[in-house]
Amino acid sequence: MTTQERKDYSNVGPAIGCSNDGDPIIQVRNIRKWYQVNKSIPIFGKVDWLKAVDDVSFDVPSGKTIGLVGESGCGKTTTAKMILGLENPSTDGHVATGEIFFQGENVDELTAAGKREMRRSVQAVFQDPWSSLNPRMRVNTIISEPLEINTTMTKQERDVRAGDLLAEVGLNPYQGNLYPHEFSGGQRQRIGIARALALNPKLIVLDEPVSALDVSIRAQIMNLLVDLQNEHDLAYILIAHNLATVRYMCHRTAVMYLGVVQEYGDTEEIFAHPTHLYTNALISAALPSHPDIERDEIVLPGEVVSPVNPPEGDVFMTRTPLPVRENHKFTKERPPLVEVGKDHYVVETPWSTVTGHDLSEFKLSVDQEMK
Amino acid sequence: MTNKADITSNEELIDRDGFGPSTIQNEVVLELKNLQTHFTTKWGTVKACDGVSYAVKKGETLGVVGESGSGKSVTALSIMRLIQSPPGKIAGGEVLLHGKNILELSEKEMTKVRGGEISMILQDPMQALNPVFDINNQVGEAIGIHQKLKGKRRWDKVVDALKKVRIPAPEMRARDYPHQLSGGMRQRVVGAIGISSNPSVIIADEPTTSLDVTIQAAYLRLLKQIQRETGAAIIFITHDFGIVAKMCDRVAVMYAGRIVEMADVREIFNNPLHEYTKALIGSVPKLEEKTGRLPQIEGQPPLLYNLPPGDSFAPRSTLKYDEKDALIRPDLVEVEPDHFVQLSRCSVADFDKYKDKVSY
Repeated sequence: MTTQERKDYSNVGPAIGCSNDGDPIIQVRNIRKWYQVNKSIPIFGKVDWLKAVDDVSFDVPSGKTIGLVGESGCGKTTTAKMILGLENPSTDGHVATGEIFFQGENVDELTAAGKREMRRSVQAVFQDPWSSLNPRMRVNTIISEPLEINTTMTKQERDVRAGDLLAEVGLNPYQGNLYPHEFSGGQRQRIGIARALALNPKLIVLDEPVSALDVSIRAQIMNLLVDLQNEHDLAYILIAHNLATVRYMCHRTAVMYLGVVQEYGDTEEIFAHPTHLYTNALISAALPSHPDIERDEIVLPGEVVSPVNPPEGDVFMTRTPLPVRENHKFTKERPPLVEVGKDHYVVETPWSTVTGHDLSEFKLSVDQEMK
Repeated sequence: MTNKADITSNEELIDRDGFGPSTIQNEVVLELKNLQTHFTTKWGTVKACDGVSYAVKKGETLGVVGESGSGKSVTALSIMRLIQSPPGKIAGGEVLLHGKNILELSEKEMTKVRGGEISMILQDPMQALNPVFDINNQVGEAIGIHQKLKGKRRWDKVVDALKKVRIPAPEMRARDYPHQLSGGMRQRVVGAIGISSNPSVIIADEPTTSLDVTIQAAYLRLLKQIQRETGAAIIFITHDFGIVAKMCDRVAVMYAGRIVEMADVREIFNNPLHEYTKALIGSVPKLEEKTGRLPQIEGQPPLLYNLPPGDSFAPRSTLKYDEKDALIRPDLVEVEPDHFVQLSRCSVADFDKYKDKVSY
């Protein structure tokens, strides 16, 4: 392809924690996805906005994995959908929607050919291998469908390629003549990966790729994904809620809460020194790998807050167990990410980080009753 | 190593599961003896549960671990006698509840046991609840059947059960419908139905797989609290060793319809003997440290209608063994006090150490 020469990142705006090193495939700058939840006309009543994603920026360098973590409803899947082009960023019209850049070019300004190339280069693997494969198509047809649409290969060439892809993901090429129901969950997920690989993509969005699988099969699929990444220099965006999976797979991690990135940076740095209270709460709630490991759980008051009309200021304000100062400027204004360590960025307000706070009164040791 | 006798005789109960002092009392509530459940299919007889024996004590949590298709859920359904017949059939064995074989009960007597003495918490709270009835109706149904209560007294019990599972504002929530509740709250309602008639055994079939980490942690804590209050025995069916590490006192690992290893939870983690147990524990990435490349179990779980003869794990084992060893059907042997393992040359690396315990 001719795209190798025209990589130019000068259009991409700066964002904290992001850089053009490592030839990013996708760069996301301040994107927002607001949904209008009631249909009233603004002059007649208040319009409610569900802010699924609100001002998110990150880079996806080639050959690296970015993890998006958070509870359900934190906007991680919506972010991925916008990158895949399944949703367009949108706001109420007064605030900028933000931009997504594909190899340095704004995706809104891509030519038709550029858009086609982007769609070839960005693929997805979905969570549920039972519903993401068409039960009426043979595996060969499923895998070669993207080839049929995007290339000029003949039927024979496509079948050969499908066989190669099946071998690459650890299945037997002759299994291409079978239907999806003849495979187990792990094998189906391999078929999904083969389909995503068909067009030699540069980035694959993995939406909970292993959470529907048996624990013993998870290791097989995760190892396969890591091997394919090393072999093809693939970039991944991994959406997961299992923190151990994120630590195993990801080079960089973004912890999201209510549509906003709360902690971002190098995965090892984040797990070694989790700074945001929310990250600490997630880690403290994760399952231990040995019965001798006992973690005191940090319990955040209340349940996940609805993303409809979130607070003007820090979104974490309504969930923190620490006292919030009424007239602090971050109760009215979004706090930015601040660099707290090497390649480690956190939303820092007096109530959102663990630094300098005694959290013992919010910790619940394992035999304590929950309030 | 903690010995079974020490734990139960010791006045000062030992904190084994990390949820505070142990709640285990030395009284066996439910015991399975050589339970066999077979299904007749067009490919032949499937022995989904092939001679399973285990016992749970009052206040104890037993984890039953295995891949899908290993027979852990079929075993649970057999205890409840919920196996559809045909094609299924409980072909043999005993299920002793307080020493009485419930497989011999009439269907009418069984109705009292099911949901009364033994209750089940299912995996998917959205499917376990009926969307067209309110919470009061669904929790009240169980109370109406087992405690024969009506009207105001039934309502009070419903509110009580919801309070027990820590649902805020239970009087208001009881009038809600399932879709008005969040996933965690729905799972609590399913829990409330399960505990409403003070069961002595709770069978939890992967109750937290569809929940977020924080909600999962709260739910597990809740189950432990209920256990402490009521002294119920819990059989926790899961495929996640993380849940086992957090919740269980004892673990039974199942493979292809049989128990391959059973021991105290610490013993299983510190000294796993069967290759399958080792692989299951090893193949989970750790949160506490950076994990190198994960060891993986090669191959797929076997098809139950076409099991390898003898040791069914042999084809997936990484140990070196003779073909003829794989043909021997291994027995579950107590190799250390309270540590049982299916002793086979193909899948136990330390076989020679315990060779004298078996005749093959």
